[in-house]
Amino acid sequence: MVNVAEMKSGETRKIVEILDEELTLKLLEMGCIPGNKITFNYRAPLGDPVCVSVSGYELALRHSEAKAISVD
Amino acid sequence: MTRSTPIKVALAGNPNSGKSSVFNKLTGLNQKVGNYPGVTVDKKVAKLKLPGGTKAEVLDLPGTYSIYPKSEEEQVVWDVLTQPENPDKPDVVVVVADATNLKRNLLLFTQIVDLGHPTVLLLNMIDVVARRNRVIEAEVLAKRLGVPVIRTNARDGTGIKELLTSIEEGIEPPVDHFFSYNGSLNNGTEGSRRREILDRYSKIDKLLDGVIHDPEEVYSGYTKKLDKLFTHKIWGYLLFVGILLVVFQAIFKWAEAPMEWIDTGFGLLANYLSSTLPPGILTDLLTGGIIPGLAGIMIFIPQIAILFAVISLLEESGYMSRVVFLMDKLMRKVGLNGRSVVPLVSGIACAVPAIMATRSIASKKDRLITILVTPLMSCSARLPVYAILIAMVIPDQSWGFFNLQGLTLFGLYFLGFFAAITAAWVIKIFVKSSEKSYLVMEMPSYKVPRWRNMGLTVYEKTKTFVFEAGKIIMAISIVLWIAATYGPAEKMEQAVIQAEEMAIENNYGPEEVENAVAAARLENSFAGHFGKFIEPTIEPLGYDWKIGIALISSFAAREVFVGTIATIYSVGNTDDELTVKNRLEKEINPKTGQPRFNLAVGISLLLFYAFAMQCMSTLAVVYRETKGWKWPVIQFVFMFVLAYMSSFAAYQLLS
Repeated sequence: MVNVAEMKSGETRKIVEILDEELTLKLLEMGCIPGNKITFNYRAPLGDPVCVSVSGYELALRHSEAKAISVD
Repeated sequence: MTRSTPIKVALAGNPNSGKSSVFNKLTGLNQKVGNYPGVTVDKKVAKLKLPGGTKAEVLDLPGTYSIYPKSEEEQVVWDVLTQPENPDKPDVVVVVADATNLKRNLLLFTQIVDLGHPTVLLLNMIDVVARRNRVIEAEVLAKRLGVPVIRTNARDGTGIKELLTSIEEGIEPPVDHFFSYNGSLNNGTEGSRRREILDRYSKIDKLLDGVIHDPEEVYSGYTKKLDKLFTHKIWGYLLFVGILLVVFQAIFKWAEAPMEWIDTGFGLLANYLSSTLPPGILTDLLTGGIIPGLAGIMIFIPQIAILFAVISLLEESGYMSRVVFLMDKLMRKVGLNGRSVVPLVSGIACAVPAIMATRSIASKKDRLITILVTPLMSCSARLPVYAILIAMVIPDQSWGFFNLQGLTLFGLYFLGFFAAITAAWVIKIFVKSSEKSYLVMEMPSYKVPRWRNMGLTVYEKTKTFVFEAGKIIMAISIVLWIAATYGPAEKMEQAVIQAEEMAIENNYGPEEVENAVAAARLENSFAGHFGKFIEPTIEPLGYDWKIGIALISSFAAREVFVGTIATIYSVGNTDDELTVKNRLEKEINPKTGQPRFNLAVGISLLLFYAFAMQCMSTLAVVYRETKGWKWPVIQFVFMFVLAYMSSFAAYQLLS
């Protein structure tokens, strides 16, 4: 299974599930909904955090959080 | 329709939805900032009259993405909206939604409607939607949602009047539910809340189906271009450093003139009052204690205002989240967080507002560490102390562009930053937390700042600062004045007589007599006795009892050092640093026969002021923000130990 941290810039995939128990509610509230599309925009210069587009807006996530979002 | 009590209106909405702009547009300068009971969250309320004359009271709730609280600010939203007995429970909730990003914004909206509140939905930033050639069918949406939907643009006031009228006409409580809480509201589990969010989002998808035309929302346009620049691996950091340099320049150079006016103004006021009021203790207290104390706080208004203006400019424009994005990984290495950058930078002006700015850090541990290390950043109150000490002990030498005194000043600022980072790294080892630190942050699109919003923020924050810090500084100034004016009566009298006799012997002029008497009184005052009492502990750092008094009085505010030392060395005019400097240069250490303020003492004092927590206002604000004395005490002790040890080492090595 691929996760958001492994995506390339400009790539769009569908969210499958969120693997981090603690962060699930927060990520869901922020619009990271399984079944929705997520686009990887760019990484910060040091590789972390990353910026994605989801639910029609841009969201910054740490590498570890991006890893918790699995995509197909 | 007339009613005796004002209609209570609460503004709710996501962060970055333009909620504050709506609030500012509704209320202007009318707003009052207070506190919710028991927490440090600012409570902004304003009274206003609706078009038909009905009174209303508007409450600006903190921005939140959901009613389920994850921070203290979000807890306030939860309490106000879900607890029926809460005194702030609104009659109408106005949900401000960013119309360019409706899907996520509607989550909070549906949660609030399902709580049973009469609700109005604002499609804010409707101008941006139009510019992107999108159309939102507000009427269809209103029918589907069962609540009034109003298109607004808080920038030019579009829709604001319509909002006021609809509030006045009365909003009906919602009939339909999007989701039924069924008692899961107050004791829902993580699992039930997750199901709720998923359920709501699938409903929202259906509600929005066909409502937004051209919903193709891709990350593009100027936001993408600016992101490329601002988060570039070289340009991103260079621009950030450049912006910091401008901030520095603004705080120190642009604020110089207005600060001087304030200083001169208060000096004139004190002179005027002491020459017109009948002489006596109360006049002395007013001109020697209260007015200088007031001046001590007012003089920072230009710097504080400029700092708040710059910070609100960076926040309003959307740039600040890019700074957080750039710095997060670096800051995390030392136990801080991308969001710690703002407080640390603000600490250059003043630790008090900087510590208040840590509220945006969601992780408790990261926030605590940021609070603990921010006062190590060299604040503007240290500047007058640095200036006079550097002028005295560092030679005015230049190598081309670099001036030794300037380099020393820069070195002190760098030292503060370095100490803050190192301290954070050390504290990280000791402060344990089971809570995971995370960064899930919206990157808002770039916007031209609204000057009116900035102006209001600056006005309101500066006002809070002046009143909060002012109270404490005033109290300390009065206590200090009393301690430096009064002492054991017998000793005081003897000392004065001695000084007068000495003056006659040496044929002093009238001004010199006055100075000699004042010096003698100070030496025998309570403050003087205290200075002598602590002298043995500060002797290893190279200080005498006079410097001791200055150190103690610096706890009111560091810059008091210059004034106090001037009083102690009996220089009439404290405004003229040259005079103070000349007098200090003449001060002889009786043990060595050499000048008291040599390089060793100067460096030792500089280090002491760089590291020690000599600021009541900061301690008070840390107490308020951490809700207890534990952390301010720990902070005070570690900073004191750091200051004492480095001053000790510097003095012993250099002398």
